[in-house]
Amino acid sequence: MDQRPSTILRIAQPRKSLVQRFTYLGLIVAAFGLMLVGKIDTVIVDKMRGEVINVAAPILGALSRPIQTMSNMVDGANAAIDMRAENEKLREENARLLQWQTAARKLQADNVALSKLLQVVPEAQASYISARVIASARGTYGNSIVLNAGSTHGVRKGQAVLGDSGFIGRVADVSSHASRVLLLTDVSSRVPVMLESARARALLVGGNVNRPRLVFVTPGTRVTPSERIVTSGDGGAFPPGLPVGVVASVTDSTIEVQLFADYDRLEYVRIGDFGLDGLVDRHLPDKNE
Amino acid sequence: MNVAFWQRIDQSARSVTPFLISLALVLLSVVPMPLPGFAPVVPALAAMSVYHWAIYRPNLLPLSAVFAIGVLHDLLSGAPVGLSAVVFLSVYGIALTQRRFIAGKSFLIYWFGFAIIGFGAAIEGWLLASLWHLTLLNFRAVWFQYLVSVGSFPLIAWIFMKWQQALLIER
Repeated sequence: MDQRPSTILRIAQPRKSLVQRFTYLGLIVAAFGLMLVGKIDTVIVDKMRGEVINVAAPILGALSRPIQTMSNMVDGANAAIDMRAENEKLREENARLLQWQTAARKLQADNVALSKLLQVVPEAQASYISARVIASARGTYGNSIVLNAGSTHGVRKGQAVLGDSGFIGRVADVSSHASRVLLLTDVSSRVPVMLESARARALLVGGNVNRPRLVFVTPGTRVTPSERIVTSGDGGAFPPGLPVGVVASVTDSTIEVQLFADYDRLEYVRIGDFGLDGLVDRHLPDKNE
Repeated sequence: MNVAFWQRIDQSARSVTPFLISLALVLLSVVPMPLPGFAPVVPALAAMSVYHWAIYRPNLLPLSAVFAIGVLHDLLSGAPVGLSAVVFLSVYGIALTQRRFIAGKSFLIYWFGFAIIGFGAAIEGWLLASLWHLTLLNFRAVWFQYLVSVGSFPLIAWIFMKWQQALLIER
């Protein structure tokens, strides 16, 4: 492009303007074309995303460091201010948890004994990879985060990702040194879940808003607020029992779920390998491997 | 190696800065900010950049660069690929047709121009994304994101202006 900026020149060059107009239209059409391709063939777009994320990962990793350090310092200062109250709270919680520990030990022993008695097939042992969140885009157009671990670290497409307090999403694209996680809140996220105490199945559907919805709840189930939601393991994509959230509100048309994980404060997450191949990639061999 | 050669190098290095700034803003907009409730309303930094350079130095941010910035934004943010490219190209095109009324006028007019074009862009993006997902997406977050963008525009624009004055003096 010409280096000399001038409106007069631009107006005086009708031919150039014509070419530019065509370029403009062409690029608009190309952008729409890309959108269409993304709708029809997700594999190409996923691959493209993977490559770009791979290239951008070192820069994003470096950019996110100082911000996280600063946030940690602020958190540290805040914690120092209300340490007394915090201590009091923790002491109470500790007492309560100790009771739970006793109960859990007993239940675990019962469970082992009964499982043995009934010859239950043991679940595969899970292994985890921890990764740092280096980018996050959450809003109306999509909800995903980028992690600094990729296929070289053992991350595979479709694996479950856990935050510090629950299931947050699944690995959507993998490249060699980075991966993208589709969060439960994304509009294209669908996860089979169940109501923990009622054992009723449902589908957790994201909508690019903070609270995903429950749909296809087993007919005849009474859903009440504050009921815990966990993954059901249906479809074999995720293991059963990962904590997801609690029912936040129930109306005639929608059931909203408040997720356990605080998406605003995701810093490190765990990628779980539960030895499941799942539904996600049964027909699509992962090209990154 | 004569002086003219180095001047040319210097000149071209300076003239790619608008593109590089835009790229940096795209990256910055996906860096996780641990502020509660901030993520869904991250200001549309790249759109501001496209608007500014379309008004003041369109020759330094060619159409292909705008397209590339848009596609990169989509690829990184997980939005439908091509969506931001369409939106940024629209912002660029409309800003270009209006630059006679905006460039060189008062800052308020320049800001007001962004408020109008940005609103159109927000609606356009929301409509396209809803169409792409075949579902009506939540407009509230789009609206708040727009407000945050317009609110933070003067700060970002001030940086652009300073940059432009310091580095891109017309020869």
